[in-house]
Amino acid sequence: MSGLNKLVSNYDEALQGLEDGMTIIAGGFGLCGIPENLIAQIQKMGTKDLTIVSNNAGVDEFGLGLLLQSQQVKKMIASYVGENKLFEKQLLDGILEVELTPQGTLAEKMRSGGAGIPAFYTATGYGTDVATGKESRKFGDKDYILEEAIKGDFALVKAWKADLHGNAIYRMTAQNFNPMAATAGKITVMEAEYIVEPGELDPAQIHTPGIYVNRLIQGDSEKRIEQRTIRQDSEAS
Amino acid sequence: MALSREQIAQRVAREIQDGFYVNLGIGIPTLVSNYVPEDMEVSLHSENGLLGMGPFPAADEIDADLINAGKQTVTLNKGASIFSSAESFAMIRGGHVDLTVLGAFELDVLGNIASYMIPGKLIKGMGGAMDLVAGADNIIVTMMHADRHGNSKLLNKCTLPLTGVGCIKKVVTDLAYMKISEGKFYLIERAPGTSVDEIISKTEGELVVSGNIPEMAL
Repeated sequence: MSGLNKLVSNYDEALQGLEDGMTIIAGGFGLCGIPENLIAQIQKMGTKDLTIVSNNAGVDEFGLGLLLQSQQVKKMIASYVGENKLFEKQLLDGILEVELTPQGTLAEKMRSGGAGIPAFYTATGYGTDVATGKESRKFGDKDYILEEAIKGDFALVKAWKADLHGNAIYRMTAQNFNPMAATAGKITVMEAEYIVEPGELDPAQIHTPGIYVNRLIQGDSEKRIEQRTIRQDSEAS
Repeated sequence: MALSREQIAQRVAREIQDGFYVNLGIGIPTLVSNYVPEDMEVSLHSENGLLGMGPFPAADEIDADLINAGKQTVTLNKGASIFSSAESFAMIRGGHVDLTVLGAFELDVLGNIASYMIPGKLIKGMGGAMDLVAGADNIIVTMMHADRHGNSKLLNKCTLPLTGVGCIKKVVTDLAYMKISEGKFYLIERAPGTSVDEIISKTEGELVVSGNIPEMAL
């Protein structure tokens, strides 16, 4: 690695410095746009007692579900964990702690974490269990609660095309949480399907500027589909 | 006769106006997209970061990178746009979405809604529902009026953990279309063939019935 070139040579190097008890922010929505190769590498490393911040917890045998299987996760901060039976079991067994966080609040916590804003007010969750222990304040005639930003020791994101500087473009709805996650890591590691030379991407089309990215690695994605749905009229043809 | 899920969706669809940006939740709300009048142009918002969501793909169009908030594969309509989750919820919180339709387990006379958790039974999480009810002004809840045993889900006070407080003003159930204001339910329309008495008997919270209650036009 030299200058602005963020490319690392292997997955060991990509996650070098990841230790037990650290907080990891991961991009992705369901199984769409998850850094699947980096997650698999964490399972291989066996790092324990992790706090994972991600919208979902994967499914039983894929994505973040892998880290639940190997009991590497101490706490999960997520908005929706419904597709993962193992998650539910570990929660009921007391092995796993969960902080359910509204989806928009989660996105904004990551964005704020990366943008140097320590906390923000939102109406989301006011008067619900989410508001427990949080400051509230009225602006105009509406009530808001104070939500704190999140930062990660590591942020793991998945891009479609990235140049060697880490300037990246996401594909379709695989964008989701990735742009905010990328900003919120002390060390941000990006896996990209395609890595190109600087200058090959249109600067005006970049979703994540390379300034946020510390390490870059190529990753071939399996891209598993959670709910394969097709039009009924197309089944006959 | 109680309305079918499709008929509930059909009634909700009548609230859609030309040019609306609409967010449809999972379940009955998703069905609303099948009943958008053909002479109207409407853009569907999916909170994972998509405006202009199209129908499910044909088998040869499936793209793992293109899904909706229910994680189902979808397509893009012409004029669609894709953005981050932060941007998506800025639209929701900022009140830019014209109509939001979502399901509920319970609703009460104060406009409180419970829709995401049944303690001890169901741990799934709120997803985007708390943001949607807190940020949107025009929300329609779709739900069953009572459970299998006939117990009302339209209550004086919700018993389950709340998704939002004082945020729901309209609900379409299998029996009725009702509005909520000043701590009361107001019966506006009844399902075809459903009596006002049946609706009264299946509504626990205070229900105002004034004048002749028309049948829904579907």
